[in-house]
Amino acid sequence: MKPARFRYFAPHTITEAAQLLDEQGDEARLLAGGQSLLPLLNLRLARPSALIDLNEIQALAFIHPRNGGLVLGALTRDATLERDPLVAARQPLLAEAAHYVGHLAIRHRSTLGGSLAHADPAAELPAVMLALDAAFTLQSSTGSRTVAAAAFFKGPFQTALQHGEILTEVHLPGLPPRSGSAFLEFARREGDYALAGVAAVICLAEDGTIAQARLALCSVAPTPLQAIAAETVLRGRHPDNAAWQAAAEAVVDELKEPPADIHGSAEYRRHLAGVLTRRALARAAQRAERSHS
Amino acid sequence: MMEDDFIPVRVSVNGVPHRLFVEPRRTLLDMLREDLELTGTNAGCEHGSCGACTVLLDGQSVRACLLLAVQANGHEVMTVEGLALHGRMHPLQEAFWEKQGLQCGFCTPGMLMTAYELLQQNPDPGEEEIRSALSGNLCRCTGYQHIVEAIRLAAQRLREEAEAATPSGTTA
Repeated sequence: MKPARFRYFAPHTITEAAQLLDEQGDEARLLAGGQSLLPLLNLRLARPSALIDLNEIQALAFIHPRNGGLVLGALTRDATLERDPLVAARQPLLAEAAHYVGHLAIRHRSTLGGSLAHADPAAELPAVMLALDAAFTLQSSTGSRTVAAAAFFKGPFQTALQHGEILTEVHLPGLPPRSGSAFLEFARREGDYALAGVAAVICLAEDGTIAQARLALCSVAPTPLQAIAAETVLRGRHPDNAAWQAAAEAVVDELKEPPADIHGSAEYRRHLAGVLTRRALARAAQRAERSHS
Repeated sequence: MMEDDFIPVRVSVNGVPHRLFVEPRRTLLDMLREDLELTGTNAGCEHGSCGACTVLLDGQSVRACLLLAVQANGHEVMTVEGLALHGRMHPLQEAFWEKQGLQCGFCTPGMLMTAYELLQQNPDPGEEEIRSALSGNLCRCTGYQHIVEAIRLAAQRLREEAEAATPSGTTA
């Protein structure tokens, strides 16, 4: 229950961190909040040769407004996302979902970038990124590139990050007027990983119909899942129970083989995904309508 | 840097400054227990599930098993040993004792630190809020009922103390 030995570095700049990542080779790992990595180290499920601790890099911890949306530093803590007034004003979905991450003592340390780079298929924030059409800045010693959330999550704990790259920034575009969002999940106990979770965004047109819907789920597939068929079903429809039901059916159809374990069968997770989809969409639409009145 | 290098750490624990050298792989939990011999903080699951090792880092609750000791460098840590003042138990500790908010006592340090943070933020929490705050702290003995009662009692006493300390005729 104690970590194996590793070399430890705590750089103060992103440039230094990227250089260290190059120098230390394939077995080096980045340490962000550590709330997933430290358990792996303690249990010796991970034995990195070196840890590059990002916590001293002030330039990674920020929340800035940009073009109606937000840019967030990867080291932003989940407890900050939960409470930040700018996040609440511009992307309340992120604040709402961050509250579901573990417990407060976890959220004081766990970070946005850490959750995305870890890419646990049961984690909330990766699904939120799909629902908000996020883009990530990946920086290395040789330059940086931008990757859309939709192209980032490759498999369970697998992402588009290549060795030598650091996820530094999260870009969230602004939502049009008459938009609303909601995050809902079902877990056996508060703070546990959810059996299923749904992030929903509804943008209404002038005539009150659905101009655009975005829907993403966690815990029901090997990666966070954008429910594209359900989004298509919703476009142009009136925001009513029949629309939510149609979307829920499309989601359930899309779920080929949800994970099954002692906490819930695949069939139960499909059922939950449908119910949560209906509820999250209804709540998002209600908020969209309220934002206009 | 050599693999077996020790790293200097300066940390304040319960207001007492310490300087020590630790291996990078030392967790904050083991530094507190093994190096500083503050064994009030318990090592339970050591992977962040049980909450027995909850301490405050700069006033915020954290799992001491999920932080490296070197990451506490330059910071302030508060452990269960920091609750009692001048030989007098903290009202939370008194309430846990009176209400039998513990049986084996293993989870108690984590429960106390979590409850301490809760009451700092919310002096009058309802039962639901207390249970929600405790959701990350596992107790295998009590069924939580007496822990919740103890926290409500402590909250009430702390509010009364605060009121008594406020001069009459002024608003708090």
